[in-house]
Amino acid sequence: MSEMISIDKVSKWYGDFQVLTDCTTSVAKGEVVVVCGPSGSGKSTLIKCVNALEPFQQGTITVDGISVGDKATDLPKLRSRVGMVFQHFELFPHLTITENLTLAQVKVLGRSADEARAKGLHYLDRVGLKAHAAKFPGQLSGGQQQRVAIARALAMDPIAMLFDEPTSALDPEMINEVLDVMTELASEGMTMMCVTHEMGFARRVANRVIFMDKGQIVEDCDKEAFFGSPRSERAQQFLSKILQH
Amino acid sequence: MSTLDFSQILPAMPGLVEGMTLTLELLVGGVLGGIVLGTLLAIARLSDSRVLSGLARFYVNYFRSIPLLLVISWFYLVVPMLLSWITGSMTPVGAFTSCIVAFVMFEAAYFSEIVRAGIQSIPKGQINAAYALGMTYSQAMRYVILPLAFRKMTPLLLQQSIILFQDTSLVYAVGLMDFLNTARSKGDVVGLPHEFLLFAAAVYFVISFGASRAVKRLHSRWAV
Repeated sequence: MSEMISIDKVSKWYGDFQVLTDCTTSVAKGEVVVVCGPSGSGKSTLIKCVNALEPFQQGTITVDGISVGDKATDLPKLRSRVGMVFQHFELFPHLTITENLTLAQVKVLGRSADEARAKGLHYLDRVGLKAHAAKFPGQLSGGQQQRVAIARALAMDPIAMLFDEPTSALDPEMINEVLDVMTELASEGMTMMCVTHEMGFARRVANRVIFMDKGQIVEDCDKEAFFGSPRSERAQQFLSKILQH
Repeated sequence: MSTLDFSQILPAMPGLVEGMTLTLELLVGGVLGGIVLGTLLAIARLSDSRVLSGLARFYVNYFRSIPLLLVISWFYLVVPMLLSWITGSMTPVGAFTSCIVAFVMFEAAYFSEIVRAGIQSIPKGQINAAYALGMTYSQAMRYVILPLAFRKMTPLLLQQSIILFQDTSLVYAVGLMDFLNTARSKGDVVGLPHEFLLFAAAVYFVISFGASRAVKRLHSRWAV
């Protein structure tokens, strides 16, 4: 398998405080990698480095062969090829669902309004929300908004998808509707990097699991190996806490 | 003092309406131009460029530190001179144009502070979402940040506009016949200055207070 996202010895500081230390890993084409770890471990920061929403000071990250940290890289173009889903959905509240789905297609990719609309509605249908096209984000539930956010990212025809704790802000009864969409996406071969605490999802869907603690990648192994016998004490503690209930 | 006599106000109405028209023209020109220039200043102030940001800060601090009456008088003298340099012709621009320019430049300083606060109030997540979709800085600004910021700012922008509505009366200094100046001169002509000034005060009060109440209602409704 060829590498889609490759992260090599990445370190990042906020002032004097080091948030990432020598992080090295990769996501192959078609692979689903789950990144987990206690809060403050740097997992959200790491995933935001992948599409340069966060700058990093050392190391290299390449996406589809293009270096993210290189000053010469056309970042807007690179970002337009990588979908991202956020913890708090971040739909644009002043636009309708349809406008949310089409804005970047038209303004960034230069698609015609008709083409963008058709594509947006296609993905809205796929996440089961076609009936809500004319509504505003505030009229939808959290789970529905997150599904729209996924559709918005997919409408850009991304080569990979980044998920930054996509279910953490949701009420428990809405988590599954979002995970179902993600599971389906994975089964279609989408390359995915997911920061999440949903260990059930990781067990079912992930190829690999990365465990982070204090800004470092402590575990990076196949799902079976991770859930079977994580090697680090810290990962064992984390798993025992999170799997208790 | 004899009793008040308001009988001469009705016959003076056409002139007073003309004065109010001028007042509103000054207001609309000042507000629209001020918001456009103010937005540019706010963007400059928030930019990464130290030079741009410094220049914008200087502009805002400067215009907020001098009286509006001074700006109006100054532009009355300077704008015709500048324009004749630029265009080469010596045709005077007139008090109206110089006053509009003065209001735009003065109010922009105040509007820019409102717009700046509005832009800064937009959550980082929204900006990240725009960037993650591949938007450039100016696209994110235009399609996401500014539209959201202006929704939040509208009550404050309207409140500032009400202040400008009253401040337009300062154009008497350069002889423009706005509403207040018209009322005063009409009152002098018929020898009833008190009545005309009282009437003008009532009109300013009704419009300003009414608009202010409407803004408050708008604000509370949008806040929900």
